[in-house]
Amino acid sequence: MILGLYNYWVVVVLMMIGLYIVIAHGNLIKKIVGLTIFQTAVFIFYISMAKVDGATAPVLAEGISQYSNPLPHVLILTAIVVGIATVALGLALAVRINEAYGSIEEESIQNQDNQEC
Amino acid sequence: MLIQLPALAVILPLLSAPLCLFLRRSLLAWLFTVIASGLTMLVSITLLQQVMASGTIVYEMGGWSAPWGIEYRIDKLNAYVLLIVSSISTVVLLAAHTSIEKEIPQDRHTLFYVLYLLSLAGLIGVVITGDAFNVFVFLEISSLAAYSLIALGEDRRALWAAYQYLIMGTIGATFILIGIGLMYQMTGTLNMDDLSRRLPEVAQTRTVFAAYAFIIVGVCLKVALFPLHRWLPNAYAYAPSVVTAVLAATSTKVAVYLLIRFTFSIFGISFSFTTVPLQTIFVILGLLGIFAASTTAIFQKNVKHLFAYSSVAQIGYMIVGFSIGTTTGLMATLLHLFNHALMKSALFLALGAVMYRIGSAQLSQFQGLGRQMPFTMAAIVAGGLSLIGVPLTVGFVSKWYLVLAALENGWWPVAVLVLLGSLLALVYVWRIVEAAYFNEPPAGRGAVEEAPLGFLIPVWVLVTANIYFGMDTRLSVQVAQAAAQSLFGVSP
Amino acid sequence: MRDLFAVVMMLGIFGLLSASFFVVMDAVDVAFTEASVGAGISTLLMLTAVTLTGRLEDGERHRPMWALVVVFITGGLLIYGTLDMPYFGSADAPIHQHVAPRYIHDSMQETGLPNIVTSVLASYRGFDTFGEVVVIFTAGMGVLALLTMGSRTGIHRVMADSIFYLMHEQHLILRILTKILIPFILLFALYVQFHGDFGPGGGFQAGVIFAAAIILYAMVFGLSTARRVINRTFFKLLSAIGVLLYGGVGVVSLLNGGNFLDYNVLADDPVAGQHLGILLIEFGVGCTVASVMVIIFFNFSGRREFP
Repeated sequence: MILGLYNYWVVVVLMMIGLYIVIAHGNLIKKIVGLTIFQTAVFIFYISMAKVDGATAPVLAEGISQYSNPLPHVLILTAIVVGIATVALGLALAVRINEAYGSIEEESIQNQDNQEC
Repeated sequence: MLIQLPALAVILPLLSAPLCLFLRRSLLAWLFTVIASGLTMLVSITLLQQVMASGTIVYEMGGWSAPWGIEYRIDKLNAYVLLIVSSISTVVLLAAHTSIEKEIPQDRHTLFYVLYLLSLAGLIGVVITGDAFNVFVFLEISSLAAYSLIALGEDRRALWAAYQYLIMGTIGATFILIGIGLMYQMTGTLNMDDLSRRLPEVAQTRTVFAAYAFIIVGVCLKVALFPLHRWLPNAYAYAPSVVTAVLAATSTKVAVYLLIRFTFSIFGISFSFTTVPLQTIFVILGLLGIFAASTTAIFQKNVKHLFAYSSVAQIGYMIVGFSIGTTTGLMATLLHLFNHALMKSALFLALGAVMYRIGSAQLSQFQGLGRQMPFTMAAIVAGGLSLIGVPLTVGFVSKWYLVLAALENGWWPVAVLVLLGSLLALVYVWRIVEAAYFNEPPAGRGAVEEAPLGFLIPVWVLVTANIYFGMDTRLSVQVAQAAAQSLFGVSP
Repeated sequence: MRDLFAVVMMLGIFGLLSASFFVVMDAVDVAFTEASVGAGISTLLMLTAVTLTGRLEDGERHRPMWALVVVFITGGLLIYGTLDMPYFGSADAPIHQHVAPRYIHDSMQETGLPNIVTSVLASYRGFDTFGEVVVIFTAGMGVLALLTMGSRTGIHRVMADSIFYLMHEQHLILRILTKILIPFILLFALYVQFHGDFGPGGGFQAGVIFAAAIILYAMVFGLSTARRVINRTFFKLLSAIGVLLYGGVGVVSLLNGGNFLDYNVLADDPVAGQHLGILLIEFGVGCTVASVMVIIFFNFSGRREFP
């Protein structure tokens, strides 16, 4: 029982580390780093599902009958691309915020905004 | 060609976006975008007619049958939402050319239209698809486009709002991705129809419970359900006016659609309402949202913020209706989806006209505008009346059905609270009316002209729709009823 | 860690480690992509962003308690959810019984490609991949909308050129090596592009590698030199052309009487049609990905050049 699900639990811990960084850190770049860790952990989770004991990579070849499940691989390929797209946009926003506020710390930005209101 | 319509609804805006990039002149790009969006609207009208006449349409992408390929499955519910999204987008676009002239630097106009089309295509893709993973992909298209559009706002706070929205939105999307993964793990399929057949077998497992929880929380982040709404007010307040109008009217509506789709079609009523204590949680959150957000709205100094908080409150009404768990309740939610889209796009677009003339949406600047911009202010008043739910406006229709549904179920406290919520709306709308009509213009402001026709026409089209559909309720009620009944498995 | 540079490098290593994990898990295509994205492009972008925004974090951690509560609830729910999951690696899990067997058994006859991942990606679920290309395109347009700067004066450009000239004067070996390397990288990109049907690889990975070659050139020879070789408008339009090529294949199949993206109708023989369709759309993916990556990189580092 423990061995059978062990892999997933490690993934859960990784995901939560990522999520914690996103919520608890005020630095905009670090938040994006957290987001990346969170998403990568989800990718690992999907890929773990696809694994079949004793099977090989899903590229058809002579003499092999067992393949790992290709569908999660396809989904994650798409998800990785979506992930990098989000990261690029997030970083672009962080750069612009730095130019506009002179800081990429959440608190400092929030303070400047509060003063303006 | 008629059988290809489902694909056309998405690929029209999707392929227009890269084509639009080749157009350098702002005016050309605008015309092109209006045409693309208008054609999409025509396609959705035809689709709705077809669905109402002959039932669900299934379209297999790439010719591969589901569950191996991706299929589009259009029933009454998503045909209805498609029509809302594409028509509001088209009408709001009419004002875009005038509006962005002042708000966005000239060299980004083409990019603005490209992103606008991408956002539209993403929303339509989410609504029309019958595949759970495809939802995630198109949700991200529309979200990424929305973040960029918000960040185009003039104020530097637009950047910060867009960043916050990006973080919250991505967490939401990742939650949905986890949920889809868990569902897939238990059933082996991603097709919604197939899922709905295979999920009941494993409904009692803890994995499916977790899957449901993750999807609902993820979608609620996008819906901006209280208390997950914190990204919304700033995003709406600092985005370019046109973007606010179209996002307020479409993107949260699409998220509510997803909530309905996952709850009713995929997991099924018996799972969602008996296995999970969803009903209680949603009624409480919905009512809290109505009161907390409406009260906050009353104290806002910026009218865009005021209406943004009012949007959060209106989402509360939709959630309450849907969690009553009866056909009438769901019908009220669906009606409010349509009606709120009409009101808020009219209101935010009229605010855009005010911004265009006086460059600010502060309440203090509204003083005396009633005489200076009579048509624009009349539109805001009409929209506001609709928001309160005065008879002869669309707002009345959805509130009527909501109260009816609550009473039918014997939930009279809910009905009373819903009516009390309308009183709060009365207070915040009154503050605008008071400033605009009963105060003298502030000294130092020069003469203000009425907004240009580029604004007045789309605003008044929307206001007229607000009143027309408030009096002639046949079309919206008929479609909403049919959609609600089909979700409950009642044959009409 | 307060030093963001270290944080980003660690993230790159994390990306590389997860890529090797994917290899162990039989997901070679995913590993390829993760290695080029997680350890490559995303690290590069983050580094550029860090140089633009400052290397040290100076804020306090806020709301750590609240964050911990959220994290524990979410994590607890996930662990709870895993309890009823099929065990890791078991072949009788539902996902290996439903839907996937057809891909494994029939994809050879239906699409004629030995790499199942490619045939699912490009054909069975080709519409998802179309969405993916559009996501990347959207990100490119978003970055353009956020970071493009107005046209600069000629003096600036000359100054920047001379600075770069001075800076790079010394790195003679690096420059010669780069010149030798770049053709090979480009060749490898083409190989990955067209070999994706048989082994791991495909348009996305090829696009990233292609972009990497151009970025390498820009890093060694300076942005201004690179800009003289590479036209920005060209890349902007190329990213659109990639999407249009993909969509165009779909539209042609519509006109030929099939459904959107139904490659069977592209040629007389369905398998030949699949081949042609997959080749074309992979090429579209490659175009868009490469050009968007170049656009993103140039816009990020363009900001640094003229603060």
